[in-house]
Amino acid sequence: MAPLLTFRSSREARRSQVPRVVDMADSGAVTSERHRFTIRPLAVDDVAVTITFDGALGTSQQAELQRILADPLLETGSWDLPVEADQLDIGLIPGVTDTAAASFVAAAALLGIDVDDASVGRLLTIGTGHGTGHDTGHDTGHDTGHVDNGEIRRRWANSVIERWSVGTAVEPGFAAREASITATELVELPDDDEAMVLIGKQRGLALDLAELQVIRDHFAEVGRRPTDAELETLAQTWSEHCAHKSFRAEIIATDIDGASLTVEPLLGQLRRSTTEIDAPFVVSAFDGNAGIVQFTPDRTYALKCETHNHPSAIEPFGGANTGVGGVIRDIIGAHHRAIACTDILCFGPPDTPDDQLPDGVLHPTRVIDGVVAGVADYGNKIGLPTVAGGVLYDPAYVSNPLVFAGCIGVAPSGRPPLTGPHPGDRVVVFGGRTGRDGIRGATFSSMEMDATTGDVAGASVQIGDPITEKLVSDLLVDGWDLYTAITDCGAGGLSSAIGELADGVGADVEMSCVPLKYAGLAPWEIWLSEAQERMVVAVNPEQLDALIELAAVHGVELSDLGSFTGDGRLTVRYEGEPIIELDTAFLHDGRPRRRLEATMPQPFRTRVALTCADPSSALLDLLAHPNIASKADIIHRYDHEILGSTVIRPLTGVEHDAHADGVVIVAPTDHFGISIGIGVNPWYGLLDPERMAWAVVDEAIRNVVVAGGRPTAVALMDNFSWGNPTHATTFGQLVAAVQGCCDAAHLYKAPFVSGKDSLNNEYLTADGTRHAIPPTLVITAVAPIDDVEHVVTPDLKQAGNVIVVLGRTVAEFGGSHLAKVLGDDTPSAVPAPDAGAANRYWAVHEAIEHGLIAAAHDCSEGGLAVAVAEMAIGGRLGLELDISLVDDDSITALFSESVGRIVCEVRPDHLAEFKQLFGPDGVIIGHVTDTLRLVIAGAGSAVIDLDVDELVRAFNTPAGKARS
Amino acid sequence: MSTPRALVVRAPGTNRDGDVAFALDQAGARSQRALLGQVIENPTLLHESQLLVIPGGFSFADALGAGRLFALELVTRLGDELRAFVAAGKPVLGICNGFQVLVRTGLLPGGDSGASVALGHNQNAAGERVPFVCDWVTLEPLSTRSIWTAPLTEIGDWIECPIAHGEGRFVCSDDTLAALTANDQIAFRYTSPNPNGSVADVAGICDDTGLVLGMMPHPENHVVARQHPQYVRGHRFGLANALFTAGVTHAAAL
Repeated sequence: MAPLLTFRSSREARRSQVPRVVDMADSGAVTSERHRFTIRPLAVDDVAVTITFDGALGTSQQAELQRILADPLLETGSWDLPVEADQLDIGLIPGVTDTAAASFVAAAALLGIDVDDASVGRLLTIGTGHGTGHDTGHDTGHDTGHVDNGEIRRRWANSVIERWSVGTAVEPGFAAREASITATELVELPDDDEAMVLIGKQRGLALDLAELQVIRDHFAEVGRRPTDAELETLAQTWSEHCAHKSFRAEIIATDIDGASLTVEPLLGQLRRSTTEIDAPFVVSAFDGNAGIVQFTPDRTYALKCETHNHPSAIEPFGGANTGVGGVIRDIIGAHHRAIACTDILCFGPPDTPDDQLPDGVLHPTRVIDGVVAGVADYGNKIGLPTVAGGVLYDPAYVSNPLVFAGCIGVAPSGRPPLTGPHPGDRVVVFGGRTGRDGIRGATFSSMEMDATTGDVAGASVQIGDPITEKLVSDLLVDGWDLYTAITDCGAGGLSSAIGELADGVGADVEMSCVPLKYAGLAPWEIWLSEAQERMVVAVNPEQLDALIELAAVHGVELSDLGSFTGDGRLTVRYEGEPIIELDTAFLHDGRPRRRLEATMPQPFRTRVALTCADPSSALLDLLAHPNIASKADIIHRYDHEILGSTVIRPLTGVEHDAHADGVVIVAPTDHFGISIGIGVNPWYGLLDPERMAWAVVDEAIRNVVVAGGRPTAVALMDNFSWGNPTHATTFGQLVAAVQGCCDAAHLYKAPFVSGKDSLNNEYLTADGTRHAIPPTLVITAVAPIDDVEHVVTPDLKQAGNVIVVLGRTVAEFGGSHLAKVLGDDTPSAVPAPDAGAANRYWAVHEAIEHGLIAAAHDCSEGGLAVAVAEMAIGGRLGLELDISLVDDDSITALFSESVGRIVCEVRPDHLAEFKQLFGPDGVIIGHVTDTLRLVIAGAGSAVIDLDVDELVRAFNTPAGKARS
Repeated sequence: MSTPRALVVRAPGTNRDGDVAFALDQAGARSQRALLGQVIENPTLLHESQLLVIPGGFSFADALGAGRLFALELVTRLGDELRAFVAAGKPVLGICNGFQVLVRTGLLPGGDSGASVALGHNQNAAGERVPFVCDWVTLEPLSTRSIWTAPLTEIGDWIECPIAHGEGRFVCSDDTLAALTANDQIAFRYTSPNPNGSVADVAGICDDTGLVLGMMPHPENHVVARQHPQYVRGHRFGLANALFTAGVTHAAAL
């Protein structure tokens, strides 16, 4: 077998000088050589898979491998095919997780074949006229002089994780094994502030002058220079990502007239609102990896929602993939077993023209494909239902797509709480191995992005390995009593995991004990690597053997790195020599508090009605608007059935194609469980952040209530994705939103238990234009379902039933979707808070408990008209309605987005009892028909008359879906 | 009848082991979940069981094609034990990834003909590859040869349950399809729209002994009425309990 000689690396050249000889029964001596196997599907598909490996392979073994790798019914397999002139050969950059290659090595081992190294890639036929090379600075490929890497990057490959070659085989991405610098460097922090800031910039520390000064002073006091590892540790721990500096910042607020206002730090406000609400079901809020609530005596739930915006922008699949993996680890780290995932995604419009893309930005279709595949891959493979979520489209998300990944876990109550780490406990890391992947992710995600971000941040993005995380999770659930403290390795890697656990206690750990993917990592790289699927636990030495044994059963690798000391110092060593000696008090509390200026927004709050000549056509346009239209394509990519607990799914109705409001999770062995709802509206955020916050808290709560969740026991999570907080107006919007959140939480007595902010979601183009996202707040609400027999979906159930609208409707069109489809920018108020909503939801819950509600749906984007249309689509039934009692102005009645409203379907024989609960808060607007027509009359005349089929068609054909 | 022991074997990446164990226990079995490595180390686990299930999931991440590495492990390490298990008349069920595994081990379609089938990437009607899909399907049980589906065919019991796979397209030659059909080895076909481009709407097949059943859909996710999406609309049929009862009853009589 002749190896491909074109791309022999220096390593291979070295190896071939000293051939390794393997005894083979059938073919005598076989030398380790380069082999490449190409698997091409028989189906209509131009993508082939390539496996390149170095190994010793006899003829019969080659046939064996071929039998395993290529099924003749599905694909053809060929050895050492040349890459044709019109073919694009893509491989992973060394160090990027390559699970396929790992599987290949394992399969080969089972067949008795010794493989030194393997790499799996893709081979595409793209036609001629494209170039060769790659532009990430790695040493491979050769320029043929007609390079068009731009098109390759745009259409087929991603230079953040891949490299490629046209017409020749790309160099396989074998892990680099060259030794890197292992010495630890001492860094001089100059007295000159400007020079020091420059050093901080060069090292990508993302620290401001005040922070660097404190570090300089600290080490002057200690009497030595900091090591590179110490600086990096401080930079990670003090990053916006880890320390939430802006949420803790001292606020200097001024209103629009320049008058100064007193405003409490944001995190303080959120925590205080939770303390004041003092809900009995809150076990733990804003503490540790996740919020913890207890709705019933037997169990607790852990709730967490994370953002993974920056990584998803430059490598959508890996970014979203590891975002899901990370939030699941948060739940594991909160000592709970994960049971469900949520995802809220914000994208640029799929039909964005190429020429409107800022330089260095991936096209929205690439981002959408990658993010959805990444979310699906992790959740589906780890075996968790991805149940609740949302997808939003807006041009403002083109350069800054957002990915919010949430997870919910359960644990039996009554377990003794984790009290560690105690001095003397061992520091144990387990799960995936550590590589040079994901270095400096926390600081990267705390910076703004520009056209070079994708290149320089390459090492910050990884591909997840859900299989390993599943093993880790199973181990931790089985061995829940074998550790005294636990946390996950997220941003900052071991530095933040061990650093957090050691807070106040101290730890002494040895980096040369960390299992590595490949040799050659510098000590600080091991300490900071964000390699995925790792957890750190504190273990009583007496329980260590039991944990080691259990880990072996589960096939999980672990390593004992040292101990928690009790001296309050963090000591990190490499082969015995200290590379870090930090006081944990300085590490965690030494950061100077940031002061941020906030200019408070002054929103337009006058109610102004819109005019619309053709309400029927506006309704169809609304149903087809990407933000309202069916998300079935995406929902079907996620396994929402696994674990058998999904009672209300994201899709509902007769044809299983209408959207549910809240989803309901009840284990098959139980009769009670939880409901999950989401609220988000960046278009309100742009105009009136305070009301936006109020509205999205209300929407999330309304979603759980209409599904049957108990409104008096709602726990909330907040996720703020915002622009750069050092801009006073941007920060002012954030301050207003937090105030809105706290006010709403108080009204509903729904405490925040967990949150996560992602700031600096801005993109600087080459010409200096700043692209910021609209203020985007995602609220997740979780409430108990007391009886699974009393859950409700929005689809209409039965002709003859009565339709009632609960809540008040006024002309509030600010940020409305009617304004969007009409292209009408008349200023109007964003929907105002409704003080009566809390009592209304309580009454709705009563009605659901008594079986009085056949269907219930919230009014949100597109108002009442869209809500009733969606109910008709779900039930494939008609409606005959008169909305003149809702508002005198038909357009306001149909399309205003006033909050707090719920549309209910009630059986005629339940109506009297239903009315008693609601009194004048409910307006009967008509009834369900079996005509399959939606007929809505305004003051005296029909304003909408459409076939339900037309509604279905519009809903299932999102506008602008296909890329032009 | 005694309570049969059902062994649910999981590889790294298996993830519906708990769901199927619940379904088996509901049907009267005592299920035990074991890691592949544990079974290899201690094949007694297999000998002491009367029923074997290879559950759904993404064994070894399905990185080289669904189920291929799991199957290779089984054949290499437990090939004789598996053949002996079937020879002893004990039922075997492979669901989703488990179906893919059983096909790759050769236990399905089995027999001496050497006929082979495969499960390829999902395709749409135009023959284009489409990604992973999770949706509900309706299945008609067909085979009276299979100990799993024979009782279902008697009562005409159609199963409604979810699918959740990216590689579920049943593929075989025309001759193989004719032979499988003639030999009553087509266990299930989709009566709802074909979700993955499977030849002749085949959703599951059995071996020539009728003991080994492989199917892509997940009957284990519809063994409690409220798991059905239309439950809130009063839907109360299409449960898959009878399928598990058939296998467990057969195992109990051993």
